[in-house]
Amino acid sequence: MSQFAINLLFVGASFALYIGIAVWARAGSTKEFYVAGGGVNPVTNGMATAADWMSAASFISMAGLLSVGYVNSSFLMGWTGGYVLLAMLLAPYLRKFGKFTVPDFIGDRFYSQGARLTAVVCLIIMSVTYVIGQMTGAGVAFSRFLEVSSSAGIWIAAAIVFIYAVFGGMKGITYTQVAQYVVLIVAYTIPAVFISLQLTGNPIPMFGMFSEHTESGLPLLQKLDEVVRELGFRDYTADVDNKLNMVLFTLSLMIGTAGLPHVIIRFFTVPKVSDARWSAGWTLIFIAILYLTAPAVASMARLNLLTTIYPDGPTQPALEYADRPDWVKTWETTGLIRFEDKNNDGRIQMYADTTPAGIAIAQERGWEGNELVVNNDILVLANPEIANLPPWVIGLIAAGGIAAALSTAAGLLLAISSAISHDLIKNIINPKISEKGEMLAARISMGGAILLATYLGLNPPGFAAQVVALAFGIAAASLFPALMMGIFSKRVNSKGAIAGMLTGLIATLLYIFTFLGWFFIPGTATLANTPDNWLFGISPLSFGAVGAMLNFAVAYGISMMTEEPPQEIQDLVESVRSPHGAGGAVSH
Amino acid sequence: MPKPMSTHQDTVRAYWRANLRLIGIYLGIWFAASYGCGILFVDLLDQYSLFGYPLGFWFAQQGSIYVFVLIVWGYMFSMNRLDKQYDVQE
Repeated sequence: MSQFAINLLFVGASFALYIGIAVWARAGSTKEFYVAGGGVNPVTNGMATAADWMSAASFISMAGLLSVGYVNSSFLMGWTGGYVLLAMLLAPYLRKFGKFTVPDFIGDRFYSQGARLTAVVCLIIMSVTYVIGQMTGAGVAFSRFLEVSSSAGIWIAAAIVFIYAVFGGMKGITYTQVAQYVVLIVAYTIPAVFISLQLTGNPIPMFGMFSEHTESGLPLLQKLDEVVRELGFRDYTADVDNKLNMVLFTLSLMIGTAGLPHVIIRFFTVPKVSDARWSAGWTLIFIAILYLTAPAVASMARLNLLTTIYPDGPTQPALEYADRPDWVKTWETTGLIRFEDKNNDGRIQMYADTTPAGIAIAQERGWEGNELVVNNDILVLANPEIANLPPWVIGLIAAGGIAAALSTAAGLLLAISSAISHDLIKNIINPKISEKGEMLAARISMGGAILLATYLGLNPPGFAAQVVALAFGIAAASLFPALMMGIFSKRVNSKGAIAGMLTGLIATLLYIFTFLGWFFIPGTATLANTPDNWLFGISPLSFGAVGAMLNFAVAYGISMMTEEPPQEIQDLVESVRSPHGAGGAVSH
Repeated sequence: MPKPMSTHQDTVRAYWRANLRLIGIYLGIWFAASYGCGILFVDLLDQYSLFGYPLGFWFAQQGSIYVFVLIVWGYMFSMNRLDKQYDVQE
C-alpha cells in the first residue's frame, strides 16, 4: 500500500467514526444542544475537555516552539498551569450557577445587559480568532498528507464539523471529542516512543529525554547543548535574561487560557459540582500526557534534525543538498522547508546567523548565512519521517493532527453559536422566543460561524501571529478577572465590573496596537516592536497579565466608591459558593 | 470535626473560609513550582542535578506539570472532605 493510501485509510476511518457518533448523538432540546443534557460522566467529560483544550497549536506547533530551548517553557507551564486556575477558581462555582453560557453568568451576576453584551463581544472576538488557527492547522495536515490543496482540506474539515456540530450540538461534540482525544493522544505518543527508543533506548519519552543518548554516551540534553553551541545557537537549557517578561508571558497564557469560554462550558455538562471537580482532575491527567511528552519530542526532533544536516557532527562539513533525504523533498514542495545555497558550496549549512558566536563560526568556515529555514509547524508532522518510522505511523499523525484541530474548532463554534442564539437573541433581543425557535437559531448561528471560520481559514489575515496575541490578551484582561471577581467578591458591582473589563480590554488593545500596528494594519505601529521600546521590557504578547491586573484594580476601586450590589445578587454569590442544592443546568 | 453551625448561612460562610484557606495553600504550591522553581530560581536550581540533569530546567518542562496534577487532585479530595464536614453536599 502506498503512503497516500495508508493516510487516506487512517483519516477516512477516523471521519467515519466521528460521523457515526454524530448520527447516534443528535440533539433534541436546547439543553442537549448547549450542555449535552447535563448528564455527562466526569471521566468522559475529562477526555472531551482535554480534546477541547488541546488545539492544533498544542498538537502541531508546540513541540516546534519548545525546540527553540528553555525560553519557550512558558507555553508548557502556561497551558497546564492555567488549567489549575480554571479547576480551583472557576469551574465548580460556574457549574453550581447552572446556566448554559459564560455571558449568562456575567450578565446575571453583574445584573446588567451591558455586562452581558461586553462578555458576548469579548467571547466572539476570542473564539473567532482561535477558530482561524484550527482551520489553517487542519488545512496544513490535509494538504500534506492527503495530497489535496490546503483550501480543499479546509472545506472538507468544515463539512465534517458541520455534520456533527450542527445536528448534535454539545451532545454530538462531546462524544466526538472523546474519540478525537483517543486518536490524538495515540498519534502523539506512538512516534515519540519510537524516537525515544531510537535515541536513548528508553521507551517512555519523558524519561528518555532525561537519560543517556545511546550513540554518544552523553546525557541527551548535554549532547544537544553541545551540538547547538557548535552552531552558534544559545544552549538548549540556557536561562533567559528578561525574567519579568517570561513571568508575565507565562501568567498571560495561564489566565488567558483559564478564561476561555469554550473550555468553561464543558463543565456545565456534568451532573453535580463534585463531578465538575472530578472532571477537572481527569482532564488534567489526560492533558498532562501530551504536555509531558511534547518537550521530549522537541528536544529529540531537534537533535535528529541537526544530526541529519551534520551527519559527521556539527564541526564537520554539512550534508550535500543533492543527498538530502526524501522528507526534506516532500516538505520543500509545501514551502514549509526552504533551502537557499548562499555560499554556493552545494551543502546545507544550518546555524544561528545572528548571534556573535554564530557569526564568528561562519567567518571561520566560509558560511554566508543560514541556508535552511524549517517552519516550526512541521516538527511534529515530519517527525516520523525524520526518524524513518513505518508508514502507518505517518497515517496516524495525519489523523491525529486533524482530530486536534477539529475537536477544538467544534468547541469554539459551539461557544460562538450559543453566545449568539442564547445570550444575544434569547436574553437580549427576543426573550419570548420558543424552545424550538431558539434551537433553530442555535443551528443557524452554528452554520454561520462555520462559514465565517471557513472563509477566514481560506483567507487567513496576514497577521495570524499577532491575532493570537490578541486572543490571549483579551481573554486574560477581560473575562477571567470578571468571572473570578463575580465569585470571590460580593462587593464588586455592575459599574465596577463593566469599567474593569473595558479598562483591561482597552489597555491591552492599545499596548498591542502600539507595537503590532493599529488594527494590525501593517506599517502603522507607533513604536518598533523591539525590547528597547517595550514598557519595562514587557512584550505585547505578555501584556494580558498587566491588563488583568488593571481590570482587578479598577473594578474593585470603582465598586468601593459606588453602592453595594443588591441583596439578591449577594445571595446569588453565596449560593454559588456552596455545592448545596445544585441541579442540572437550566435555561432560566 | 467542628460542630454544625447554628444557621445554614453561617455554615456556608465557614465552609467558604475553609475553602479560601485551601485555595491559598494550593496556589502557593502552584506559584512555587512554576514561577519559583521553573523561572525565578531556575539558575540556582540548575546547579543541582537530578540524575545528571539541570533541576531548574526539569521543573520548567516536567516537574511543574506533575505538581499541577497533584494540586488539582489534592484540591478535589480536600473539597470532597470539606463538603461532608460542613454538610453542604448536593
